Amino acid sequence: MVTLTIDGRKVQVEKGTTILDAAKRIGIDIPTLCYHPDLEARAVCRVCVVEIEGQKLLQPACAYPVSEGMVVRTNTQAVRQARRMAVELLLAKHPQDCLQCIRNQNCELQALAERLGIREVRFERRLRGLPEDHSTPSIVREPDKCILCRRCVETCQNVQGVGVLFPAGRGADTVVTPVFGNDLADVSCALCGQCILACPVGAISERDDTERVWEALADPSKHVVVQTAPAIRATIGEEMGMEPGTLVTGKLVAALRRLGFDKVMDTDFTADLTIIEEGNELLERIKEGGVLPMITSCSPGWIKFGEHYYPDLLPHISTCKSPQQMFGALVKTYYAQKAGIDPANIFSVSLMPCTAKKFEAERPEMRSSGYQDVDAVLTSRELGRMLREAGIRFDDLPEEEHDDPMGISTGAGAIFGATGGVMEAALRTVYEVATGSELGDLEFEQVRGLDGIKEAEVNLNGLTVRVAVAHGLGNAKKILEMLRAGKANYHFIEIMCCPGGCVGGGGQPIPSTMEIKGKRGRALYLADRNMPYRKSHENPAIKQIYAEFLEKPLGERSHQLLHTHYTSRSKY
Amino acid sequence: MAGIITVDDILTKYKGRPDALIDILHEIQDVQGFLSDTSIIKVAEALDLPASKVYGVATFYSLFTVKPRGRNVIRICESAPCHVLGATAIINALEKELGIKMGETTGDGKFTLEYTSCIGVCGVAPAIMINEVVYGNLTPDKIPHILSEYR
Repeated sequence: MVTLTIDGRKVQVEKGTTILDAAKRIGIDIPTLCYHPDLEARAVCRVCVVEIEGQKLLQPACAYPVSEGMVVRTNTQAVRQARRMAVELLLAKHPQDCLQCIRNQNCELQALAERLGIREVRFERRLRGLPEDHSTPSIVREPDKCILCRRCVETCQNVQGVGVLFPAGRGADTVVTPVFGNDLADVSCALCGQCILACPVGAISERDDTERVWEALADPSKHVVVQTAPAIRATIGEEMGMEPGTLVTGKLVAALRRLGFDKVMDTDFTADLTIIEEGNELLERIKEGGVLPMITSCSPGWIKFGEHYYPDLLPHISTCKSPQQMFGALVKTYYAQKAGIDPANIFSVSLMPCTAKKFEAERPEMRSSGYQDVDAVLTSRELGRMLREAGIRFDDLPEEEHDDPMGISTGAGAIFGATGGVMEAALRTVYEVATGSELGDLEFEQVRGLDGIKEAEVNLNGLTVRVAVAHGLGNAKKILEMLRAGKANYHFIEIMCCPGGCVGGGGQPIPSTMEIKGKRGRALYLADRNMPYRKSHENPAIKQIYAEFLEKPLGERSHQLLHTHYTSRSKY
Repeated sequence: MAGIITVDDILTKYKGRPDALIDILHEIQDVQGFLSDTSIIKVAEALDLPASKVYGVATFYSLFTVKPRGRNVIRICESAPCHVLGATAIINALEKELGIKMGETTGDGKFTLEYTSCIGVCGVAPAIMINEVVYGNLTPDKIPHILSEYR
């Protein structure tokens, strides 16, 4: 332990603690900007500077470790002046179009300018006029707003191990950019959107599709159907001012009806369907000597990453479409038929935690119904904007149920939104299908939680099935490298692109720290525990769709509507 | 073709050594005159580094260039001591003599004008570098004579 004095008060903390964290212990909240609790401190913004007795220069609290007897002052005249100077210099290069900015009122620079009481900027405004990047369906870049904090770089390079963003140039001319100043569409970006969660300002954001959805809702000739992704019920509450980890399934359904959606159905239903198709695919691969290990295919960021960086491993990826795309294909075939609606008039919206889903919906192979299967993808943040604009308050909403038939789901479907959830859901079904006997303990604790890589073994009638779970592409890479080297001795691997799984998706509410992601994940496991059905194959609506429409898992119709193929893409 | 060093030769020498990135970029620039997009991708591939990072390093250091340049590169120090002792007048003289602006290359491909950060000869400021040679204690009237050595 180390004892130091901060602002005249003694504090005892573990060796290696930063001044920032030590100050927090005694209730002093030093302002920060480039600091992010999940990322290595870069200390480039100089906002968190403090005075240390015996040191000539101010030091950044976020990166400066405490030492015995250290005397720190966090709120002196010199400190306040230095902080203001740092922020004023940033503001001199910032567009300051806050009122029209996508991050208005959720911007760390804006909040800091307010907190530091900045009323004027003493420097000449000098904007760089850098071009915006609207090249992908998922992510928008506005480099003029960038404050060069490097949090996106750290996330892209070191958390996700992708590395499409890096600072180019030097000094005042630095631009965080893909190689050669290219657009994101021209590089091997997974479109996961983790850079958006990392960005303190509006320099990186999701493509906003709310206007297209408003238009569809206003069009009386359109039958507008929405599907709600598993993770959304544990996160949308944050957009409405609730605490992280608040489960709002019923209120979400009620809110969507009030926005004017004709049918509110559930991606959890097609998550259950994914389990049936994928579980049977796994058993078939094991039985018939197919390519193993099989890797899950729900996460479109992982799929695009795999296509760019591991094209040799594509045969390992399950051919199952993601639950979003299974839903899209069925809503314009099965549901259209059942409801007697011309699929041409159906506008299918999906509510997703994810920016990569926007890209997935626009893939040319995602038109199995004869139309684009999913017409518009909204992230949690976009739905939050629509709900706030419409003046819908969650406090006053009743709990409502999803619509039939594609709104009935199980606890297995719900946990798809947390890392390990797809694996656990699959094991519940695969065990019972393969052994014919009932699973005693449904909860596979080994695959839960936020460890980067998790492993488990399950005995299926004498065959030990070995599984692994990775979340975040950086962790996925470790398993994929093992696989390439012939050292991944598994049958089945779950890969989720985003740290924490979909609860940590690039379309989720900001802030999205690991602590918040953990709370969201626990909410989904709570949802699972409270569901009447907790195994996908027990879902009555799933039994019904096989009886009425699909006939059997991996059957002809499944292949036509529910399975897909992958495209080898360039790494550079 | 014996005797001509290619990018591939350089990369073979440094295979699997991401720590040698800067040495590799220097050697490639020495043989090719600049760092082309193709070379940057090749380096990234050989060292298993993101291409964005190699590009970032290539654009960070002022002695690297990602654009083709003239046979003789004239670098003017843009640091404070040179500025104070008259770098602007030197720039004007160079621009006038060569008929190009900073950052440009002469039509005959002989000269490129660019800025560099401090070249460490503040004692003889203002200073420029032409290729590897440093010229200090400059005044505008010395420029035509210096350039004539390279014409």
